[in-house]
Amino acid sequence: MDPIELERFERTLLPHMRAAYNLARWLTRSDHDAEDVVQEAYLRAFRFFGGFRGGDAKAWLLTIVRHTSYSAWHRVGEAGTTVPLDEDTPEVEDGALGPEDLLLQKASGQEVREALDALPVEFREVVVLRELEGLSYKEMAEVTQLPIGTVMSRLARARARLRRGLQERLRGGPA
Amino acid sequence: MSCGDPAARLLEAYLDGELDLVRSLEMERHLSECEPCSAALRRQRALRSALAQPSLYHERPKGLENRVRAALGKDSKDAKDSRSGARGGWRWQAVAASLPVIATLAWALVVIPRAPSEDELARQEVVSAHVRSLMAEHLTDVASSDRHTVKPWFNGKLDFSPEVKDLAGDGYPLVGGRLDYIGRRGVAALVYQRGSHPVNVFIWPEAETGGGGDGEWSVRGYNVIRWRRAGMRYWAVSDLNLPELRELAHDLQR
Repeated sequence: MDPIELERFERTLLPHMRAAYNLARWLTRSDHDAEDVVQEAYLRAFRFFGGFRGGDAKAWLLTIVRHTSYSAWHRVGEAGTTVPLDEDTPEVEDGALGPEDLLLQKASGQEVREALDALPVEFREVVVLRELEGLSYKEMAEVTQLPIGTVMSRLARARARLRRGLQERLRGGPA
Repeated sequence: MSCGDPAARLLEAYLDGELDLVRSLEMERHLSECEPCSAALRRQRALRSALAQPSLYHERPKGLENRVRAALGKDSKDAKDSRSGARGGWRWQAVAASLPVIATLAWALVVIPRAPSEDELARQEVVSAHVRSLMAEHLTDVASSDRHTVKPWFNGKLDFSPEVKDLAGDGYPLVGGRLDYIGRRGVAALVYQRGSHPVNVFIWPEAETGGGGDGEWSVRGYNVIRWRRAGMRYWAVSDLNLPELRELAHDLQR
């Protein structure tokens, strides 16, 4: 790659390193692995940059970060999919607003982090992409390579699970 | 707008700012009339504010950017050195100094960058893929010495099915497989081990007419062997010595 192209690459993609690390760290749950994933993702992005036709650079980079993280699991033999995902079954939820629901706002960062880390990775990633990275459904569909409908139902289920996990933590119940 | 699951899904889309104006207004009207739905919205907002705490965002460590820049610089420089034929150029300059008669010709060779041939670029690319697989400690996606595990692993990941052989009997045990990208296409990488030397064998389908003939090269200190078999292009890359790498290539062509 010539210096002009390298400069264009750096200008386009280095500003998204903060997001790249955040996603990698949530997916791998390890500082060390997240750094390796980010470095490898940038090297891969560098190689494919010729095929990047402009557009959403952040979503493009996060797609590679996600792919790299999943490859890392295959490498160590840890399954990326930790639970069978049944996309069609809605999470059971009663309509009434309990006092616990409003308590969620009082949850500490530590409690939320534990609850989110405890989610299966497919659920964890949609919550991180939506709530922490502020991606639109369309961008999330691009990053996860899923249809938008699946992104929406997965996000709904992820939120319901996260809420339940958080309530259990706040209650001091089973973690 | 009636309640039930579809409404609940729209509610989240409303929360996420994904509804168009007309639907948003409909949703707001509905929310003003429907207590269960507005309770559900409050519940969603409570969760959202719990997730909005800045401490949940994992900030990248200091030094990561430098580390990435260094890796990129190295990668870019490797490719550039090989492309401009820098070493060959220096040799020519020495010749020019001792033979003034052809100095003009030699000068032209030094200053006019030689366009790399397609063949040369291909060699550079497979060697880069090999180096990267070692550098990022990303040798295999599927680690297995069982070809019946490795071969099916590629199913659905590639638009072809590579032949997977275990050569443990010949002293080249299969270590695993990996998905890689060369020439802007997904390729299969089979990893073999000879002593402490890993060997990458890259495989992809290639037309009879494309990609040049068989051959052997030394690129940046790595030995490279290329051959074609049954409509597939094979590249073997390793720091292993050439005779042993040849033997591996030979065994794979059996």
